[in-house]
Amino acid sequence: MSETRATEPALLGLEGLTKAYPGVLANDDVSFAIRPGEIHALLGENGAGKSTLVKMIYGLVRPDRGRMTMRGAPFAPVSPAAARAEGVAMVFQHFSLFEALNVAENIALGMDQPPPPRELASRIREVSTAYGLPLDPDRRVGDLSAGERQRVEIIRCLLQDPKLLIMDEPTSVLTPQEVEILFRTLRKLAGEGTAILYISHKLEEIRALCEHATILRLGRVVDTCDPREKSARELAEMMVGEELHVPVREAGAPGEVALELCGLSMPPASEFGTPLRDISLTLRKGEVLGIGGVAGNGQDELLAALSGESLAPAGTIRLARRDISRLQPNQRRALGLLAAPEERLGHAAAPDMSLTENALLTGAVRERLTRRGFIDWAGARAFASRIIEAFDVRTPGPEVAARALSGGNLQKFVIGREVLQAPDVLVVNQPTWGVDASAAAAIRQALLDLAGRGAAVVAISQDLDELMEISDRFTALNEGRLAEPRPARGLNVEEIGLMMGGAHDLEASA
Amino acid sequence: MMFRLEKRPSPSRFWAAVTPVLAVLATMIAGGVMFWLLGKDPFETIRIIFWDPLFHETFGPYSRPQLLVKAGPLILIAIGLSLGFRAGIWNIGAEGQYIMGAIIGAGLGLAVYPTESRLIFPLMVVAGGFGGWAWAMIPALLRVRFGTNEILVSLMLVYVAEAFLASVSQGLLRNPDGMGFPGSRNFKDYPAAHNGEILAGTGMHWGVAAALVAVIFAHVLLSRHMLGFQVRLSGGAPRAARFAGVRPARLVLFCLGTSGALAGMAGLFEVSGPAGQISIDFNSGYGFTAIIVAFLGRLNPLGILLAGLLMALTYIGGELASLMLGIPAAAIQLFQGMLLFFLLAMDIFTNFRIRLKKPEAA
Repeated sequence: MSETRATEPALLGLEGLTKAYPGVLANDDVSFAIRPGEIHALLGENGAGKSTLVKMIYGLVRPDRGRMTMRGAPFAPVSPAAARAEGVAMVFQHFSLFEALNVAENIALGMDQPPPPRELASRIREVSTAYGLPLDPDRRVGDLSAGERQRVEIIRCLLQDPKLLIMDEPTSVLTPQEVEILFRTLRKLAGEGTAILYISHKLEEIRALCEHATILRLGRVVDTCDPREKSARELAEMMVGEELHVPVREAGAPGEVALELCGLSMPPASEFGTPLRDISLTLRKGEVLGIGGVAGNGQDELLAALSGESLAPAGTIRLARRDISRLQPNQRRALGLLAAPEERLGHAAAPDMSLTENALLTGAVRERLTRRGFIDWAGARAFASRIIEAFDVRTPGPEVAARALSGGNLQKFVIGREVLQAPDVLVVNQPTWGVDASAAAAIRQALLDLAGRGAAVVAISQDLDELMEISDRFTALNEGRLAEPRPARGLNVEEIGLMMGGAHDLEASA
Repeated sequence: MMFRLEKRPSPSRFWAAVTPVLAVLATMIAGGVMFWLLGKDPFETIRIIFWDPLFHETFGPYSRPQLLVKAGPLILIAIGLSLGFRAGIWNIGAEGQYIMGAIIGAGLGLAVYPTESRLIFPLMVVAGGFGGWAWAMIPALLRVRFGTNEILVSLMLVYVAEAFLASVSQGLLRNPDGMGFPGSRNFKDYPAAHNGEILAGTGMHWGVAAALVAVIFAHVLLSRHMLGFQVRLSGGAPRAARFAGVRPARLVLFCLGTSGALAGMAGLFEVSGPAGQISIDFNSGYGFTAIIVAFLGRLNPLGILLAGLLMALTYIGGELASLMLGIPAAAIQLFQGMLLFFLLAMDIFTNFRIRLKKPEAA
């Protein structure tokens, strides 16, 4: 089949596309072609130039040099509307939907010439059932799950009858079951001749779905391959350009109880927050507990309850058998419970402050960086430098502002800051979110090493591959409830999906 | 050609230092144009405002001490405000705290009249600080307890304080020997309670000394102490501050309390010294002008010291200019407003780079 396609003319051709931003060459002489009916992966680390390239195809950015062709004819969209007119559609990573409006209204808003409402509703039903994405046009978007919201975006694109569908990190908000449904839809679309440009950093997905991959590194095309013939590790190494370090675990026997949650329930901190419902958990020394779940199911709230940013009811949180539920963050730090929140800028770190000041932010207590309230700046600088060195943070020095660092480097700094303080229990939320593959591997290794030294680690993440890689036990948050933890080894995708979907008693249902 | 702003990865130290100077120059130019449009010689006017108060043969000796007299309370109040502003806590009602401090402090002095003791003046200073602190605790507690907006509450309490001032200067604190005129006894006639010059002829009184001490304290607090770090952290990244263990309610009480106490002391120093007595209009708006001084000084203690002096200079120079050239007082206020405007506008150079960009062909 692919042999016949190879002779087919390209749907979209890119020739020597170059785009420079001040100080950085985002795309440098990028050329490749996408044929009709092909699922083409665009692979690369953060900052490799994937977004810029896609924005050029979708008419959001114009290239400095190079040209594009669509079915052999010159293609230079000046706006997304022009790109859509040529049959290009795009599903963004972040949804652009109005929660107060219903599905049909949202879809109409995104179309250039929407048909009358009644006709639109029936077409939505028609298309959504045809592609296995059932969707009720009259439902309010605010009531839909993340997976259903994505369907709205996809249906909006499909109604335009696209020739090329661009999907940017589409699975980051989906459960495994929802991912499977999405893949079926994409394969069906491809079978009908629609080309799909699929952007992701999840290598297993790309191997399962795509038949061709273009790999970008630092704005250049460095390789192309058939991802089905490569291992995930080989793909990652192409992306990074170096041999990748796979985290290794020196398993130790779980020790005594480090952290205990007993029936922890908390009202949501804000109107849009999620309450925590009756969470119980026992964590032993030397253990890594992975907590999965789709975003917005209580991850932030759980971290805040553990870090001490919100105070839990008395008797619900015990650290080494001592009740710490009512203690402030710094008192918990003194006792050995440290945390690293998901949001790097503004929560884990202060954007406009230097790395030295950010080292002081959580390190003041355990690193003894104050004397009778006065700050030991030399000590703080030394601590920051130690983090920078131990965690290979790429920065000119500790006096640089946190916001000047790339996401991955700042994340290494944030994780390193907590790990180097030798916690007894470390809670991390999304430890490798938006971090490139080699940095992610380093962070995971650091967490495993910490557990190897006898600390207990709670890793909250939406990256299931990551959790399976580092966890001893796995559990999931669903609407503020925690599933019963199970040994991570031997857990299959279906079981994980059920835990994430809120089935709490697997044994009974199995 | 088009201009385009590009955010700097970190704020430029060079521009942060240079922009105040540029802002003063831009104010001189724009102000000069304004004076020229008013039919005055711009160069002469600028010279009268910035030069003559310090160096004129006849006016200088009178104006120079005034510089410290006016700058003292502005700096003292602005230092307190800057702590809150740094932390994102907006005390707009320093004027009210200043008035209440003056009333409570002066009230103490008047209550013990005519006792002579070295303790009286220090006790009045403490009472003045307490008065300002207590007045600032109203918006602070309301915010902490009920989540009210401290900007509105503190501002509205200014008008309450003004009404209270009018009442006591005609009633409770009125000079019993004053033949029915409003206003209290004059502290110049009560040595134990008088805030006189420390060095004769310089304008240096205890309030100026307190302002200098406050500058040093604030500088040390912000640069060396954990509390100052928490103040800066809370303003820049409130969530990170909570994560770092800052307790927001305590910070609100500390910042509003400190700025209130300093404003109250400034009020006491003013009423027992330069103003001399509690009267309906002794206050002269220092509490509001100090907001400008705080921002002009970049919320930085040393910057506030310079900004206070500069602001005092434009006041004195402005008065001189309206005296000598008949420039309307509103024009002088406009001139001061320009200074703040240019300073804030030039802030953009600190955080952004300006690039020229060719317009793209459509």
